[in-house]
Amino acid sequence: MNIIVCMKQVPDTEAQIRVKPDGSGIVDSDIKFVMNPYDEYGVEEALLLKEKFGGTVTIVCLGSERAIEAIRTGLAMGADKAVHLDDPAFEGGDAFSTAKALAAAIKGMEYDLIFCGKQAIDDDLAQVGPALAEMLGIPQIVVVTKVEVSEDGKKAKVNRQIIGGEEIIEVPLPAVLTAQKGLNEPRYASLPGIMKAKKKEVKSVKIADLGLDPNAVGKAGAKTQILKMYSPPQRESGNIIEGETAEETASKLATLLREEAKVI
Amino acid sequence: MAKGIWVFAEHSDGSVRKVTFEILSEARKIADKIGEELCAVIVGNQVEALADKCGPYGADKVYVVENEMLNQYTTEGYTKALTDLVKQHQPSILLCGATVTGKDLFPRVAARLETGLAVDCTDIGLDDSNQFFVKRPMYAGKAYAEVGFSDATPKMASIRPNVLIPSPPDESRKAEVIKVAVEISPDDIKAKVVEVVKIAGEKLDLTEAEVIVSGGRGMKGQENFKILEELAEVLNATVGASRAAVDAGWKLQSEQVGQTGKVVSPNLYVACGISGAIQHFAGMGTSKYIVAINKDPEAVIFGKCDYGICDDLFKVVPKLTEEIKKLKKD
Repeated sequence: MNIIVCMKQVPDTEAQIRVKPDGSGIVDSDIKFVMNPYDEYGVEEALLLKEKFGGTVTIVCLGSERAIEAIRTGLAMGADKAVHLDDPAFEGGDAFSTAKALAAAIKGMEYDLIFCGKQAIDDDLAQVGPALAEMLGIPQIVVVTKVEVSEDGKKAKVNRQIIGGEEIIEVPLPAVLTAQKGLNEPRYASLPGIMKAKKKEVKSVKIADLGLDPNAVGKAGAKTQILKMYSPPQRESGNIIEGETAEETASKLATLLREEAKVI
Repeated sequence: MAKGIWVFAEHSDGSVRKVTFEILSEARKIADKIGEELCAVIVGNQVEALADKCGPYGADKVYVVENEMLNQYTTEGYTKALTDLVKQHQPSILLCGATVTGKDLFPRVAARLETGLAVDCTDIGLDDSNQFFVKRPMYAGKAYAEVGFSDATPKMASIRPNVLIPSPPDESRKAEVIKVAVEISPDDIKAKVVEVVKIAGEKLDLTEAEVIVSGGRGMKGQENFKILEELAEVLNATVGASRAAVDAGWKLQSEQVGQTGKVVSPNLYVACGISGAIQHFAGMGTSKYIVAINKDPEAVIFGKCDYGICDDLFKVVPKLTEEIKKLKKD
């Protein structure tokens, strides 16, 4: 079974995000970048399926040179090889133009299943997976918490989170599944894994390799543009309620919630 | 030329969801400014009765797209129904709620229509030259962006529930109802829902809850969440949890609030035994009122909450439940 995992490098969840004074983006010089946490679940699930069915796990990553670190992490976890769309022409895009480049790269590959993270935790778009599925003409199931592939590898039974529960969906493969936390517990890269990863193939893919029009990808091909970024209003430190007993503070709080905030 | 503002009217269990009314109300203002009509689109099976609910919130027309195959939501069925109608009428703007359904449907629809989509927006509007733009959080709300669109239409956006304010409904306002047939064959739907598993006791989804009571590491164990459930009961709230509480196995992942959980913006967020780490705050920082109950005076959440009580939550929470019960009786 050949599985593709789409992966993105993003700021760590603990990172403080500071917007540049001119609103053109964020200050990224002092940020720690990691593999998108939801993509880790995708890598892990792909590896579990490979252990059961054999085949290969290929990481496909669109991003700058820096993203090679995240790619190596995925290879160290156990993925077999990687495709790195590292042409600057691919960068600065929105979900549409990013999916366009990914789809063009994936079209020429053999695959039975594609994993994406349910969203990247930087731009929080949650739409590259579905857009990719549409462009490849295959079904999508988003926010997936469980995957069971049939013995013959031709279809899958997938749980997807919905309000108040889960849907169980049967889908013929190939399909795009977007991974949610809870799907599995991603493994850590072992030391031998890290050593092996250094020798694994990472294929650099440029725009000319895909035969795409430069105006169709990256910033030029985007259908939405960030006009400006800004920081959210800072919350002020509020009213710390004093009192002798828990009863007294609780009573004061209940009164404030009713009379001042008017929320109860 | 593309014309008309459309709102995908989401429904469940036989009623139109509140987020639809929130969006219709705001979209009405935009429609008036640019002189275009406002239409709602209801997709489903035997859903015509819902059409009357949209007029009072500002819809001029309601398209009702019905087919037996649309009885249950599927990505492929709904995508076909909506894109076929959009291609026929070419609206300029297409909106929906950033709900479980909206987040699945709209990315697929946008890709098929080869147009731009901004998701999980917290505001929509027109710039000085009447161009549609949106505001949306990024980095789970650690930063915000104003987002504009290319010339491709419809310009699409999904809007976070609970942030736009619905207008008071004008019951005298009637929308024209237009029934539309759509052809869908069983072959069109490859990913089929075979079962729906409800998780018992789970109330309104966190992302749509108006009040949330949330517990963190300070809860010390799964069994202690009972006091939060009791408080939630009197507040008509949904119970959430921090990453620490979920990672400890005390609560389900679907109950996690934060950057790798759900991003919520209720009217009231009561954080119990939660320190307020940046990744948690990213998930609830836009709540209208934040209450923090924590015995650690150094907890960062005290610097960002509206009301704080620095005390043992196991003493305060039960008392708070009692006090609110008393107030509600008066």
